[in-house]
Amino acid sequence: MRYGKTDVLNGVNFSARRGEVVALLGPNGAGKTTTIEILEGFRMRSAGAVSVLGTDPAHGGEAWRARTGIVLQSWRDHAKWQVRELLIHLGRYYAPYSTASVTRPWDTDELLETVGLTAHARKRVRQLSGGQRRRLDVAIGIVGRPELLFLDEPTAGFDPEARRDFHDVVHRLTDTEQTTVLLTTHDLDEAERLADRILILTSGTVIADGSADELARTMSGQSEVRWSRDGQRFVHAADDATAFVRELFRQYGDSIEDLEVRRATLEDTYMALVRQAEHAAPPRLTVVAA
Amino acid sequence: MNPALAATRAGLSLGWIEFRQSLTTPGDLSAFVFTTGGFLAAMIWTRHTLLPGTHFSLGTTILASVLGLNVGMYGILRMGDLIVIEREDGTLLRAKATPNGMLGYLIGKVVNISGQIVFAVAITLLAGAFLFTGLAVGSPGSWLTLAWVLGLGATLPLGAMLGSLFTSTRSAGGPMILLLAGLAAISGIFYPITHLPVVLQWLGQVFPLYWLGLGMRSALLPHTLAAVEIGHSWRHLATFAVLAAWAVAGLVLAPVVLRRMARRESGSSVAARREKVMHGA
Repeated sequence: MRYGKTDVLNGVNFSARRGEVVALLGPNGAGKTTTIEILEGFRMRSAGAVSVLGTDPAHGGEAWRARTGIVLQSWRDHAKWQVRELLIHLGRYYAPYSTASVTRPWDTDELLETVGLTAHARKRVRQLSGGQRRRLDVAIGIVGRPELLFLDEPTAGFDPEARRDFHDVVHRLTDTEQTTVLLTTHDLDEAERLADRILILTSGTVIADGSADELARTMSGQSEVRWSRDGQRFVHAADDATAFVRELFRQYGDSIEDLEVRRATLEDTYMALVRQAEHAAPPRLTVVAA
Repeated sequence: MNPALAATRAGLSLGWIEFRQSLTTPGDLSAFVFTTGGFLAAMIWTRHTLLPGTHFSLGTTILASVLGLNVGMYGILRMGDLIVIEREDGTLLRAKATPNGMLGYLIGKVVNISGQIVFAVAITLLAGAFLFTGLAVGSPGSWLTLAWVLGLGATLPLGAMLGSLFTSTRSAGGPMILLLAGLAAISGIFYPITHLPVVLQWLGQVFPLYWLGLGMRSALLPHTLAAVEIGHSWRHLATFAVLAAWAVAGLVLAPVVLRRMARRESGSSVAARREKVMHGA
């Protein structure tokens, strides 16, 4: 994928299984949005092979479109519409794509219940709060019961409660509907909570791919060990925390107090990986406006 | 059900719902009252002024011409506006993300705008029937039907194409209104075109607005008034030919222009425009 003479994506290889939640993490300009827009079929790539639900998204027809759902953070459309009315309307486009196993669209009342908007069904869209609006966007994204759902920074600007509600909706979706979800986010906590697998993208390249646990382990699992002895506090970064603590007790025994072992968080891992990648590769321009 | 048929039906209901919304949303309603009221005021103002060379009221001829202007105003200005606004707020991208959504979207716009034109024409005619005499509202049926089909064909694609040229509501509003006001000025809507310099007469006759006004006048005014028109005739054949030419050109070009515009729509382009709006860049 390139703009002008600059490759913006280079060596992005990954696949997602049915029902899996994959999070795409990375600094601004790393190519997250470009990647997701290619997969959505909204952006053409210059090279490489992409297959989404068995089809190249660049040539995905309307039947393919009916199997995907998209939630973006910048939608402000249909402000004059009633919530319920809008869901019924958009659902109509999916009805011809029902199959024996999947009834499309989603029943409107059930859908409202799922995203927690039942009480606001008669409200106009413009009267919704930011969090409610986003839940409506999710409802629209899944009204056709997609097999694959794209979530582009879905909780940017959410308060903690709205974020928690949103996470519940995604969990319900993957548990009961077996929906595959591809998510981009800046929120590491969110990625850890939602994703089965995390991809870290820097400068257009995937530098890490695995569960939050696996990623933490690849970073040599440096853990932080804190303790106090004779009223004095100590901190030590250990590669093998278990061995270190065993040795600590062998030497000092009962005088060890306030022992605390902290595994590297996803944030530590993320920072370390990104920093490593930036040092390894010569800095280069990653995004040139089209 | 066939997917295209489902989308067509969804589009029809989309148009009807949005037309209803335009009648119940204070902003839309006040814009309607302002423009229609403004036109009516112009007619009343010139009620006792005589059309040059005749004993006929200028106000009454303006009434007929304004019906043509209504078709042009909603077909070009309102349509263009909607495209610009809905591209900026993500409605268009939403349609793109829905199976056959663009088909439903376009049908919805046509139905919505048509509804608004019928409403504006009906209100203007109704007010005119009370305020003015001399209107030949005997059998304007056939012309109104024709104006409907040809007028929409000649103006809607033009409006949609104009709308897709602008990337933000802020850059679009002024130029589009100026364009339509300029067109109205050289199209003989408020004063006979024969009183303009010949160059402007020719320019006016290039665009559909003049012909829409002429057609409405031929349908609603006494026959003798053809004398003040170019060529002392209602020129029905030419009216039909010019409007049909615009309609054909529009229907051929608009899909190409709209498809090009829609292809560039993505989450990041909508987000970039939103940033611009919010930070006033």
